[in-house]
Amino acid sequence: MPERLIEVENLKVQFATEDGLVKAVDGVSFELSRGQVLGIVGESGSGKSVTAMTLLGLTRDRNTRFEGAVRYKGRNVLEMDEEELQEVRGNEMSMIFQDPMTSLNPVYTIGDQIREAIQIHQRADKRTARKRAIELLQQVGIPNADSRVDNYPHEFSGGMRQRAMIAMALACNPDVLIADEPTTALDVTIQAQIIELIDRLKDEFNSAVILITHDLGVVAEIADEIVVMYAGRVVERADTRALFYDPQMPYTWGLLGSIPRLDRPKQERLHSIKGTPPSLIRTPAGCKFRPRCPHAFDKCMEEPDLVNRVEDPHHLDRCWLGVNEKRKLREATLAGEEEAA
Amino acid sequence: MVTFIIRRLIGAFLVLVAVSFITYLIFVKIPGGDPAPRIAGRTATDANIADIRQKLHLNDPFYSQYWAMMQSLFSGSLKSYSSQLNVVSEIKRGIPATFSLCIGAGIIWLGFGILVGVISAVTAGRWSDRVITVLALIGISMPVFWLGLIVRYLFAEQHPFSWFPDGEYVALTSNPWQWFLHLLMPWLVLAVLFIGFYGRVLRSNILDTINEDYVRTAKAKGLPPRRVLVKHVLRNSLIPIVTLFGLDFAAVIGGSAILTETVFDLKGVGQYAADSVQSLDLPPIMGVTIYATFFIVIFSVVVDLLYAWLDPRIRPT
Repeated sequence: MPERLIEVENLKVQFATEDGLVKAVDGVSFELSRGQVLGIVGESGSGKSVTAMTLLGLTRDRNTRFEGAVRYKGRNVLEMDEEELQEVRGNEMSMIFQDPMTSLNPVYTIGDQIREAIQIHQRADKRTARKRAIELLQQVGIPNADSRVDNYPHEFSGGMRQRAMIAMALACNPDVLIADEPTTALDVTIQAQIIELIDRLKDEFNSAVILITHDLGVVAEIADEIVVMYAGRVVERADTRALFYDPQMPYTWGLLGSIPRLDRPKQERLHSIKGTPPSLIRTPAGCKFRPRCPHAFDKCMEEPDLVNRVEDPHHLDRCWLGVNEKRKLREATLAGEEEAA
Repeated sequence: MVTFIIRRLIGAFLVLVAVSFITYLIFVKIPGGDPAPRIAGRTATDANIADIRQKLHLNDPFYSQYWAMMQSLFSGSLKSYSSQLNVVSEIKRGIPATFSLCIGAGIIWLGFGILVGVISAVTAGRWSDRVITVLALIGISMPVFWLGLIVRYLFAEQHPFSWFPDGEYVALTSNPWQWFLHLLMPWLVLAVLFIGFYGRVLRSNILDTINEDYVRTAKAKGLPPRRVLVKHVLRNSLIPIVTLFGLDFAAVIGGSAILTETVFDLKGVGQYAADSVQSLDLPPIMGVTIYATFFIVIFSVVVDLLYAWLDPRIRPT
C-alpha cells in the first residue's frame, strides 16, 4: 500500500466579497498516495484552481474562510502557521502554474529563480544550488543547460519556460507536484511533451501529481483517478478507465463530447455544454448542473449526494438518473444524435 | 553597448543645440528684449544706443549673434549685459549651493518616497494607508513658495520655534554642521512634493506587481514574505521610479529648485536664473539654459543605462 500523502476532507473555501459570499469550493474530498496521478477536471470557475492553491495555503486572506481539512502526511495545512507553510511550500509540495509567460519573474535569470528554493529549503550555498539548477534543467530536457541557466525568461520559448517551471517545482524533491493547467498556454505539440515529462519525472522523483485541467484529453493518458468538479463540488469521481468508458454525470458527457474524436462519425459541430457555470454566490437549488442539463427531471430539484451508483465501488457520482436509462441517453449524446434532434 | 552610448551622446549634443537656439530666439524676438536701451540707461541718446548696438554686434544677423554668444559662453568669457559679471563664474559660484540642496533633497525624497509607498501598499485599505494617502495629496498640492514661507515663519530664527538659521548658504567646507542646519529646511520643503508623488506612484506600482503571477510563484516556492516583497515585488515596482527620479533630479539640479533657492536665499544657480529672467539679461539666461539642458540630457542617458541594467528585457543585445 503506497504512502498516503494528501487527504482532503469536506473542504470548503469561501470568499467574502462585496456581492456576497462566494462558495468557490463547497465540500470537496479526495485522497492522493505516492506514485499516483490525480486529475481534477472542470470548466473555468468550477473551483479546481482554488482547491489546488488551498493545498499550499495560497488562498489565505482576510476575506477567505475555510472549513474541513487538508491533511498533508496527517498534518492539517489549514491550521499551519505561516512559517510551517513556508517549509511545506516548494519543499514538500510544489506547484506549476498555467502561464509560463507570466509565472517567471522577468528580471531574474532562470537559474536564479530555480536556485532560490534550493537555497531557502536546503540551506545550500550559491555554487551547490547553481549546480543543482543545471542538473534540473538537464532533467527537464533543456539543451545546453549549463549556459541556458544564465538566460532570462524572455530568452526562453513558451515550452522551455514551462520546463523551467517544472525544474523549479522539482528543485527540492517534493512529495507532491500540483500542476494547475500546465499545458493550457502552450501549443498542442508541446502539450504532449510537457505531460509526458511530468509523468516521467513523477517516477524519477517518486512523488505524486495533482493535474488540474479543463481538458479531459490531457489527463486521459497519465491520471490514475479523475475528479470532475462543477460549481465548487465534486460531481463525479472514478478511476480513469471507468470515467472514460462509463461516465455517469451528464456534465462529464459534456466534457467528453467537447473533445474532437476521429473514431466517431463526423458531427456537424463540436459538441458544447449549453449555458454557463452558475454563480457561486447563489447556486441553483438541487443538482447544481440541473439548469444546464438536457436530461433534468423532477427529482433533480433535490440535492443528490456523491455516492456509488454503479457496479464499480470506486465510482461515485451525483446524478439521479437510473443507471440503465442513463447509459442509453449517454450513447445518444456522445454520438451526437441528441444534438441533431 | 558602445554604439548605444555614442548614439545617445550625439543625440544629446543635438538637443543641446536645439534648446539653446530656441531659447535664444525667444529672447531676441520678444518685445522689449532689446538689451541696448537698458544698458544705455535712462538718459541715453540715440547715438549711445547705436554705439552699444555696434559694440555688442546687435546689428548682425541673429544667427551670427547666436554663434558669437555660444563661442564666448564656451570659452568662458561671456558677460552679463546688466552687471557685467562673468556668466560662467557666476554659475560656478551657485553650483555648491544648488548641488547641496538637490542632492540632500533627492536622498530624502527618494528614501521617504519609497518608504511611504511601501507602507501604504502593504497596508492598502487600512487606516495607515488612508492617512498616508491624505498626507501625500496634501504634500503634492502645497506650493513650494508657500510651504517654504510657512516653515520659515515657524521654525527659523526669531520666529516661534527658532530652531534653524533663516536662509543663506554656508559652504560644507567651511562648517559642515552649519551647512547641515542651513539646508535642513530647504531640503524638506523641496522634498515634500516629491515624497507625496513618489509614494503614490510606488504604491500603485506595488499593488499592480503583487498580483503578478510570478509573485504567486515566489510564494509557492516557500520564500518568506519579506523576501517575496523585496526581491520579487519591490525590485520590479522600482523600475519606473528610477526613471522618474533621474529626470526629476536632473530638472532640480538644472534649476527647477528656483523657488526653494529664492525662498531660502541660497544664492544657487536657480536663483541666478530667476534674477536674470527678471531683468531679461540674455547671456546668463543662455548660460543657465545650457547648464540645465546638459544635466537633463546626461541624466536621461544615465536613466536609460540604469533601466537596461534593471530590466533585462530591454537590454540591447
